[in-house]
Amino acid sequence: MPEHKTLAATGNTVVAEAMRQCKPDVMAAYPITPQTTIVEEYAAMVAKGRVHTEYVTVESEHSAMSACIGASAAGARVMTATSSQGLALMWEELHIAAGMRLPIVMANANRALSAPINIHCDHSDIMGARDAGWVTYFAETAQEAYDNTIMACRVAEHPDVMLPVMTTLDGFITTHSIDRVSVMDDESVSGFVGQYVPKTALLDLENPVMHGAFSGLGGPYFEFKKQQRIAMENARKVVKDVAEEYAKLSGRPFDVVETWGMEDAETAIVVMGSTAGNTRHVARDLRAKGERMGLVKIRVWRPFPHVELAAALKGLKAVAVLDRAESFGAEGGPLFLETRSALYDAAERIPVVDYIYGLGGSDVKLELIERAYKDLSDIAAGGAAPAGPVYLGAREEA
Amino acid sequence: MKWDISEMGSWTYKQFPQGAVIPEAGNSNDYITGGWRSERPWRNDEKCTQCLLCWIVCPDSSVRVADEKVTTFDLDHCKGCGICAQVCPTDAIDMVPEGCDLPEVK
Repeated sequence: MPEHKTLAATGNTVVAEAMRQCKPDVMAAYPITPQTTIVEEYAAMVAKGRVHTEYVTVESEHSAMSACIGASAAGARVMTATSSQGLALMWEELHIAAGMRLPIVMANANRALSAPINIHCDHSDIMGARDAGWVTYFAETAQEAYDNTIMACRVAEHPDVMLPVMTTLDGFITTHSIDRVSVMDDESVSGFVGQYVPKTALLDLENPVMHGAFSGLGGPYFEFKKQQRIAMENARKVVKDVAEEYAKLSGRPFDVVETWGMEDAETAIVVMGSTAGNTRHVARDLRAKGERMGLVKIRVWRPFPHVELAAALKGLKAVAVLDRAESFGAEGGPLFLETRSALYDAAERIPVVDYIYGLGGSDVKLELIERAYKDLSDIAAGGAAPAGPVYLGAREEA
Repeated sequence: MKWDISEMGSWTYKQFPQGAVIPEAGNSNDYITGGWRSERPWRNDEKCTQCLLCWIVCPDSSVRVADEKVTTFDLDHCKGCGICAQVCPTDAIDMVPEGCDLPEVK
């Protein structure tokens, strides 16, 4: 059994530590707040000889992901990290990495997009990468960020998946706050992730192959997209299988949808990332006062766990979704759209209200979450649902 | 290994290789790109000094050489970019519109 060591560390420190333990052959990265300390601490570990990774310093995130794609096609285990404008600058390469079926693992420090310029947490950056074809995890805590990184390596390289994986953690809140984290010894982690043996490597001179070919009009482009859809569907099972195996090692259970207080809940909040902690805190207080309220946390955003989410929300009287990103002109934020779609097949219609919150690091006060729960109990008591999306906590006329 | 694609017209998504990886090196040779050309290179053997600059710069490896001498152009793959004509120090290569008769050697 592994040796566990408890650290007081930031999310970024333990993501860098998890990456070191996975022993990537190549890391090509560019620093950007609030991801910087991941690649900075990793570079220090390379310099000190604590890990044998070819560390490529590049001139932009566009180049970072391009170098990662080249290295991965060559047959290397590849990892990197980015955030916000950096992830946006990678946009075209994100699709290429997925289309070429390269198992790159990347951490994203979730941060707002310009303009106005802002370096603080929200999920706008990651939602811009929503349809790029990457398996995507969300972490509530530094512990989850550590665990997700190690599991990501196995999921990405699984022969039924072979897709890039993003593990996200909330900028500053999780990346920079010191948290209590249990890490495992190097041997246990490297034993768990194993060796990456690529099937089609450019550097395999005995079996020369061509990566990145053209597939134009009349070619099988459409069929390749179907393959990607199937790989992402396969990831549903692989994510769970890997998590089950990881739980035996780490002692920390995992589910794509995690619930709190849902046994007898009448209403619930659906949330992703660090705000799950605030929400649980409020729900605990309310339950102590006899309110039947629960929390549903999404840990895997792609593939979206619509079946598990619908099961968790079954029979509720009202549901609130906390969206830390906008989809201007849509009926609500991205998580709201997924949640309501997941509930479409439910036997009884459940009112779902969307709350856009915390954009650009806007403070997520407990009373704001209390307000959302209060709205839910009003709806459960027969009141009308507020017209969404509600900008929770934005300065508005009274 | 030669990649057998003779039945590709009837393949479904199950037959295409993962990630569009082609399990064979150098098969771009099988793909005829010469049809994209609007001008073809024509070499005047009398002016040519066999310096081989055209062979060096051709981006499609379409200048054929035997015994260190330029013989012909590979018109199956030449896209008519004209770089060979541009670099030729003795103006021995002309770009001639496709569909026209080649000029007589003077």
